[in-house]
Amino acid sequence: MRALLEVRDIRKAYGAIRAVDGVSFSVAPGEILGVIGPNGSGKTTMFNAILGQVKPDAGEVMFEGRDVSGIGALALARRGIGRTFQSLQVFGGLSVRDNLIVAGQEFVGSAGSRLFARPDAGMGQRADEIIELFRIGHVAHLAAGSLSYGQQKLVDIAMAFMARPRLVLLDEPCAGVNPALIDELMDLLRRLNREQGASFVVIEHNMDFVMRLCSRVICLAMGTMLAQGLPEEMQGNRAVLEAYLGV
Amino acid sequence: MKYLRWVALLAVSVALYFAPGQMKSYGLYITTLWVVYWIAGVGLNLTVGYAGQISLGQGAFLGIGAYTAAVLSKAGVSYLAIFPTAALVCFAIGLLLGFPALRVQHHYLAFATLGFNMLVFLFLRNEEWLTGGTFGLNNIPRPVIFDVRFTRPLDFYHLSFVVLVVMGGVMAWLLRSPWGRAFAALRDNPIRAESVGINTTFYTLMAFAIGAAYGGVAGALFAPLVQFVEPAPFSVANSLSMLLMVIAGGSGRFFGPAVGAVIVVLLPEWLRVAQDWYLAIFGVLIVLMMVWLPGGLLSLPDRLRGRRA
Repeated sequence: MRALLEVRDIRKAYGAIRAVDGVSFSVAPGEILGVIGPNGSGKTTMFNAILGQVKPDAGEVMFEGRDVSGIGALALARRGIGRTFQSLQVFGGLSVRDNLIVAGQEFVGSAGSRLFARPDAGMGQRADEIIELFRIGHVAHLAAGSLSYGQQKLVDIAMAFMARPRLVLLDEPCAGVNPALIDELMDLLRRLNREQGASFVVIEHNMDFVMRLCSRVICLAMGTMLAQGLPEEMQGNRAVLEAYLGV
Repeated sequence: MKYLRWVALLAVSVALYFAPGQMKSYGLYITTLWVVYWIAGVGLNLTVGYAGQISLGQGAFLGIGAYTAAVLSKAGVSYLAIFPTAALVCFAIGLLLGFPALRVQHHYLAFATLGFNMLVFLFLRNEEWLTGGTFGLNNIPRPVIFDVRFTRPLDFYHLSFVVLVVMGGVMAWLLRSPWGRAFAALRDNPIRAESVGINTTFYTLMAFAIGAAYGGVAGALFAPLVQFVEPAPFSVANSLSMLLMVIAGGSGRFFGPAVGAVIVVLLPEWLRVAQDWYLAIFGVLIVLMMVWLPGGLLSLPDRLRGRRA
């Protein structure tokens, strides 16, 4: 089966520091890939290089068989790749529902047609579906910036799914989230994977979350790929334990 | 509630249309100037308040619109053509001014737009063949549209007010459309905006261009209001006043520019009773207001609610 995403020998250096040093991996359609590694191992830089947020020094990124290296975040979004960021990135002045609508509206029609479109750009129903799925109906009319950290995180993740992306890159979705919400988040991601066929690449430090959610895991250390395999294999991998867990 | 809001809006509009009926010519002049600045402020509020792009160039667009109107009206062109021409000229120049905003933000962008204002000011002062230089252009005729003459001050106020209502209506419609939400996303978080497919380049340029077009229309009313244009009113100082207008009224609030224009245009006139002290009092009031209400005068109800909660 053709890979959905293929990353080949991607490299990014900041001066003498090689943040990402020749990482290659692929994601199959419908797969949930976990990315682990200690702080500073290059996970977020690799995400940013794949997504055009930083310009990689070398390497190729293929999405659905097409070279998408360096085409930028906007073009990648339009090709069906969604993302969330390590830090909260909601539109604080807009309501939760408007955050969702704006995350989907630009995929409908042209800029000219949107000027004359209904205020919700025809995305209202989709926004309501996502609101229901993420169980955030009770805060849908509130300004996203006024919500608690955990609620904003849910909105942030929900936004990535508005445009029915085929691949979503999630950067530390559990960070700062109430432990009680983490199981709920995992169920949500499983449902989105099962029902909408979305594939994920998940950077996460919560090992329990990664091991239970992901079908395959890669481990980065010092910008290089240290190991990859099934979750249970990674849990017993000595190099991973040494580099990541310090044991 | 929504219905009540519409009734209130209609009532205020009718009152504003008829209220200056008994005013003398200077009062009418100042009230019309308030309307003109309000229109320019509506445009700047889109650029600054809704799209989050700082601009110190709105005074230049007011000038470009004013000189476009002055030159064309003296050449006998109808104001029916002058208003859209002034808007289009400023739209095109505003689009160009948007390009620096793609590279720099915040105070760097403020200086880039300030530099643009200085360039326009120098052009207006030095290109005498077109602008009359420091002597300016005088005897600018007031509009005659479909044989209706707007030469008397009250008639010209009514025309200006109708233009304001039309321009305000267009802005309300724009902000309610998906574009309005995209502008807000650009203001709140441009990096996130790109990741959800919002073309930040396009919306940044549009925020500048549309905001500038409003400045152009305001300028096309300014010229026949004063019936004389010279470079001084379009200097950087005026752009600062316009930015103050947007911020002091309530940046990103629809009626912010209306209140802001009261502060910038009408308040100094009302303070003239204090004679030599009026500008000092004005300055102190602005400082106090910015300290106490950094969100502008229209944020007062929110602040009071917050205090009660």
